[in-house]
Amino acid sequence: METSIWRALFYLVGIMAFAALNAAYLVWCERKGAARIQRRSGPTEVGYEGLLQPLADGLKLMSKQLLVPRGVDGVIFRLAPVLAMIPGITSMVVIPFSGNIQARAMELSLLLIFALASLGMIAILLGGWASGNKYAIISSARAVSQNLAYEIPMLITAITVVMISGSMNLREIALDQQGGFWQWNIFRLENGHFLTMWVSFIIFFICSVAETNRAPFDMAEAESELVAGYMTEYGSMGYGLFMMGEYINIVVGACLTATLFLGGWDCPFGLTSGVWWFILKIYILIFTVIWIRWTYPRTQIYRLLNLSWKILIPFSMANLLLTAALIKVF
Amino acid sequence: MNSYWSDIINGGKSLVVGLGITAREFFKPVVTEQYPWETPTMTARFRGHIELIGNAETGAPNCVVCGMCQRACPSNCISLDGQKAEGGKGKVLTRYILDFTKCSLCGSCVESCNFNAIRFSREYNLASFDKNDFVMDLMKRLEDQNRCKH
Amino acid sequence: MNVPVHLRPDETFVLNLGPQHPATHGVLRVKLTMDGEYIVHAEPVLGYIHRMHEKLAEAGTFAQFMPNTARMDYLHALAFNHGWALVVEKAAGIEVPERAEYIRVITVELNRIASHLLWWAAFLLDLGGFTPLLYAFDDREQIIDLLERVTGSRLTYCYMRFGGVCNDIDDEFVAGTRAFIQRLRGRLPRIYHDLVTHNIILIKRIKDIGFVSAEQCRRYGATGPVARGSGISYDVRKNEPYSVYPEFDFDIPVFPEGDSMARYMVRMHEIEQSLRIIEQALDKLPGGPVLGKVPKMLKPEAGYSYSAVETARGSLGHRLVCDGGKNPYKLKLRSPTFSNLSLYGEVAEGMLLADALAFMGSLDLVIPEIDR
Repeated sequence: METSIWRALFYLVGIMAFAALNAAYLVWCERKGAARIQRRSGPTEVGYEGLLQPLADGLKLMSKQLLVPRGVDGVIFRLAPVLAMIPGITSMVVIPFSGNIQARAMELSLLLIFALASLGMIAILLGGWASGNKYAIISSARAVSQNLAYEIPMLITAITVVMISGSMNLREIALDQQGGFWQWNIFRLENGHFLTMWVSFIIFFICSVAETNRAPFDMAEAESELVAGYMTEYGSMGYGLFMMGEYINIVVGACLTATLFLGGWDCPFGLTSGVWWFILKIYILIFTVIWIRWTYPRTQIYRLLNLSWKILIPFSMANLLLTAALIKVF
Repeated sequence: MNSYWSDIINGGKSLVVGLGITAREFFKPVVTEQYPWETPTMTARFRGHIELIGNAETGAPNCVVCGMCQRACPSNCISLDGQKAEGGKGKVLTRYILDFTKCSLCGSCVESCNFNAIRFSREYNLASFDKNDFVMDLMKRLEDQNRCKH
Repeated sequence: MNVPVHLRPDETFVLNLGPQHPATHGVLRVKLTMDGEYIVHAEPVLGYIHRMHEKLAEAGTFAQFMPNTARMDYLHALAFNHGWALVVEKAAGIEVPERAEYIRVITVELNRIASHLLWWAAFLLDLGGFTPLLYAFDDREQIIDLLERVTGSRLTYCYMRFGGVCNDIDDEFVAGTRAFIQRLRGRLPRIYHDLVTHNIILIKRIKDIGFVSAEQCRRYGATGPVARGSGISYDVRKNEPYSVYPEFDFDIPVFPEGDSMARYMVRMHEIEQSLRIIEQALDKLPGGPVLGKVPKMLKPEAGYSYSAVETARGSLGHRLVCDGGKNPYKLKLRSPTFSNLSLYGEVAEGMLLADALAFMGSLDLVIPEIDR
């Protein structure tokens, strides 16, 4: 791949546009999806079926005063929302949207994405600590322990995929699954991997929902002590950036799941593949995340951690052993 | 150990069933009323604020200023005045003020009236910036209604 | 303050669950002394919506108090209407025609279902499930439309009079109620139980949380679903029958576990039992007048009278003292939620904060009823 300046510029603008459009319009999708599940119509007034609503909300948020309370740590308070956006957008550099559309094909791209996800965790911690609010600190501590607990099964199931494909390069993992849905990692028929891969998929999906602090795992933002959690002290665009960061993380999580388990840009029936299949797959996954949010109540913090430590981690470890055994045997 | 496995299996099943139910509800039509494009029609017995009933021919209020409604009201909402009718007996209504800011729509006034002089209206669209809009002059309302009829 | 001896004052902090609640409980303030996440001491502070209803009763005549009864527990307003009508009818010796008794039972039970549906919706909202609120309100809207057709109001009903009810019901109401019963019976197993009651997340959230023993219920005088969820089988409709309840065949759900799940199941079963009562009442509905003969100005003889009715939250008592005049001399209301809330201080000790909120939701509090 050539490294011309035009290519870099093109991808820079393209990725920022993709991320920003997603962050804005996923809010619309969520509101409309939630409304239809609840037998009501969502936003309908602003624009046709409310399509200009995100624009109106964005203008509102930008025009509000950015309050910085006295007693907060000035630099960190302003830095934390920006830091929340950075991992999401940066991860998009290595995601293979199709055979020809990828900003950078790195050897260790999977590891890069996980490393950046941990940076996102730091952003939450900094946001809560810098606020100087008792409840914000408690809520961000909970969010960090939740993120930590759910990163482990995520990594272990990612290792099973890496073992099968033999590389950490996302492009190669996707190329390995080309040729129809029976080749996809989730259904992998060769070597008997189909026994373990669907478990990996489910665990990975649950972990990605938990990593992005979405319901039913949204202890950090929704209920903490009846106040808003680590985002309590943030005003207009600070809150906006945290929300955008969350939606971009959801998109990155869906892209990762699609690449690792669902064949990337591959067409399920073995016909012409392309970027549209990839887009379709990630939006189906994102819709499932929205669907889950509006169906279930919230878990308790200790139940949440129990789920990870007592159920997901043993299962993913057993899965790893079984996958390794299958690779060795066949 | 048993409950560990049964939790996982039954729990997983219940989660999938839940998703199925919300998926079915997703495809059903919307049940909310799109106000203000669709407005509701009130039922016959709906309790809006009270209004005076006018005589079918003359349009004058049926009220004989007996004061039963004023005495029956628990919240002292009604104040009315009358003067002696020309040509003999009875009183004629000159002023009927309802202070709707205190009314609890209990119906004591309507039930206590023996002369079919007041009834519930069906106004539900009451919003205003000024509290004085809710100190209602019911005689004026009756005049406006008479005028609209003709 | 009841702080355990081994915790120094600087190891705990006071958290104010302030009068402004995100949940729909009303204006309740709870002063919590916390040790990290655990509650060491909980003290409910009441009085933010005290409107002196009992004194207002002395200021007007007996009939003029009827609208006030609906404002206390606005979710089950018809039961409060019923209680006041019963106590005055007892004091004045007024007879109620049979058709009016049946109509009273039908409307009170419909209102009870509406109250339980709203409790279910608000409880799940506290726990983070937003969708069941809309489903429950869909059903509740049907009930409110039915009751509006008859009474003219949607929430604060002033429908009952001494000697009966003020409006009669028509065939459209009967047909609508029957259709509603079929509809709700069809929706209960799927939308209420499959989606929520059997959901593993909800079960883990409310099972074994907030254990209230039968002994504690007796000490604090808790009644209603709180007592029935701890194994005490007491329902005013069966133990101190009033109106025409003895003519109906219905069960009292009692669950012995005493945790929030038991209280939840009691209320869900009560919805089904109320549907049974309404069906039987509609089948047996007699003809006749709906308002008995009552003197214009009611002046009961001097003396005491007491009546108890079963509201959605427990046993509501009215104690009326008359002195022969046209105003009551003194009215005392025994509010069921007040006794239910008094349990909170003792039971919440040692709980995690989020669990304490789930427990408060399962008690089904309506604060204006406590403060009157």
